Amino acid sequence: MVGTAPAGPTRRRLAGPALFVAVGLLLVAVAPAVLSPFRLDLLGKYLCYAIVAVGIGLAWGRGGMLTLGQGVFFGLGGYAMGMHLKLREAGPGGLPDFMVWSGVESLPALWRPFANPVFALAMVVLLPVTVAVLLGLLVFRQRVRGAYFAVLSQALAAAFVILLVGQQGLTGGTNGLTNFQMFYGLDLYQPGDKRILYLVVVGVLGAMFLLAWQLSRSRFGQLLVAVRDGEDRVRFLGYEPAVVKTIAFAVSAGMAGIAGALFVPMVGLLSPANLGIVASLELLVGVAIGGRFSLAGAVGGALLVNYAKTIFSEESADNWIYLQGAMFVVVMLWAPRGLAGLAADLRTAVRHRRRRPPRSVPAPLPSGTAAVVANRAEEPA
Amino acid sequence: MATLNQLVIGASIGAVLLLIALGLTFTFGQMGVINMAHGEFIMAGAYTAYLLQPLVGTQSVLVALPVAFAVAGVLGLILERLAIRHFYGRPLDTLLLTWGISLVLQQVARDIFGAPNVQVRAPGWLTGGLDLGVRLPYNRVFIMVLAVGCVLAIWLYLTRLRHGRRMRAVMQNRQLAAVSGVATERVDQLTFFIGSGLAGVAGVALTLIGPVGPTLGTNYIVDAFLVVVAGGLGQLRGAVIAAFALGILNSFVEFWVDNGASLAKVVVFAVIIGFLQLRPQGMFVVRTRALS
Repeated sequence: MVGTAPAGPTRRRLAGPALFVAVGLLLVAVAPAVLSPFRLDLLGKYLCYAIVAVGIGLAWGRGGMLTLGQGVFFGLGGYAMGMHLKLREAGPGGLPDFMVWSGVESLPALWRPFANPVFALAMVVLLPVTVAVLLGLLVFRQRVRGAYFAVLSQALAAAFVILLVGQQGLTGGTNGLTNFQMFYGLDLYQPGDKRILYLVVVGVLGAMFLLAWQLSRSRFGQLLVAVRDGEDRVRFLGYEPAVVKTIAFAVSAGMAGIAGALFVPMVGLLSPANLGIVASLELLVGVAIGGRFSLAGAVGGALLVNYAKTIFSEESADNWIYLQGAMFVVVMLWAPRGLAGLAADLRTAVRHRRRRPPRSVPAPLPSGTAAVVANRAEEPA
Repeated sequence: MATLNQLVIGASIGAVLLLIALGLTFTFGQMGVINMAHGEFIMAGAYTAYLLQPLVGTQSVLVALPVAFAVAGVLGLILERLAIRHFYGRPLDTLLLTWGISLVLQQVARDIFGAPNVQVRAPGWLTGGLDLGVRLPYNRVFIMVLAVGCVLAIWLYLTRLRHGRRMRAVMQNRQLAAVSGVATERVDQLTFFIGSGLAGVAGVALTLIGPVGPTLGTNYIVDAFLVVVAGGLGQLRGAVIAAFALGILNSFVEFWVDNGASLAKVVVFAVIIGFLQLRPQGMFVVRTRALS
């Protein structure tokens, strides 16, 4: 927990930034040099998921909002970008390929403004944020929370996918949007240009991580954690928890939207299968395994899980499903705070042995413990 | 005429949702557990009917109902003993845990029965329909009768039998029930058994109106959760009203609105969010002085 480190020895205070720089260098300088273009593309895809994970870490880890519909925001950003790219390709007056196949004669009004690159970029963020703010205000203001919110966000994901599949002529239906060639002047079939896109993704991930980190360290971040651990108490202190939660939820939605927009050129397609209930939960797996209370854990977990998915799916898709299910069970049963939680426990244990503090001094609680305790206290009356 | 037809279709879907939601609402209300693997008990019930078919022949549905109840119930009990009981009162953690289990169970079904859907033949007396100016298909009428029967049984259980009253006691105030001598852990197990068993019954009912596949449960579980949210936690009345309302609303939007099939879920979602503005805790709430 870099953000909450007390003013301890300088070595510990610098550990977080040092790790950040090291990982950054690894991604920017080493990865493009050693990985084949194919593997670099895959890494770029994982990094897109990691951007979503940062948002989930903020909303779920800090804010306690288990969002099972993050795929919706990922999809809104992705489709906004995909629509623009398709229109660019079709040229002025042209129709995207799938519209021709499904017999659409003229460009639907919904699509028209997306020809403008600036409008499309704005929509990548504004669409998910608007939906999140609307849903957040309507739901959180009525004090609908916890599991209810999780169920509602999942229902939103289900409805969104059915809508996308049903509106074949507008959205490309089950196939979604495919065959992208250009992305703001980059030729997606050129490894060199693809590497630039990859670097853009790395840069965006870094920026989002810093943003989330800074938010967590700020007064707002403390308020968010307070809302997570005792919403009513925060209300008694004169704050409006609904606003705090909505802001965090909207930020995480915006991040998911940006990730979706980068995913489209990186992977070259976006279909409802990338954003449904299952896909939304898969976005959560990494965060749960890496450790939801640590932003770095969330990012690491997302990278690890998606890498594992590729490796295992290359052998057999069935094995991956078993492994994924098993990971959920193991993490929830034995390590609810994920790998980052285990690492924190380990660090505490090591420090303890080294210093041998007198028995009367209580051990510092690893962060996140409070949440687990709070969860237990939530038992229905 | 078409209206009546849609009403029957919607009500029969509502009846299935009700059977599924009953188990969810009781486990959620009583133990604070969100069981995503509940959908796989539906699937288990449906495959039970499929397996019984060659053994019992055309009347398999009647035999399958009690067997599926037992099979799904025992599955639920095993799940509760092995995993879920460690998570009481932590709904979000159970949600993720049971989702992992649900993934595994689906894959197990895929390995045993294959990914393609299978068909269960309905007995002769369930084909055809009742002609009342508009045709009421017997299979849909049967599902509604089945659901009404199950609800009546549950209601009698909750109000007339000692076990059922204990269940309500635990749901309303666990600690007070425990100090009054109710063995809450046993009650929890029984609740889980009955709730999962009802999902199995719902699975058999679903074989009458469609094919059976490994993802059968996933298609219904989200709607069933919405029924729980709209009806209120652990509320029998709420679940009944919300389930039928949801089923019928869904079927009418699909029928009346142009390209409605893809819009129906969006409309239902919007209606539920709207409804929560009026009643944030669902239709019926047990009033307590607790803050949250």
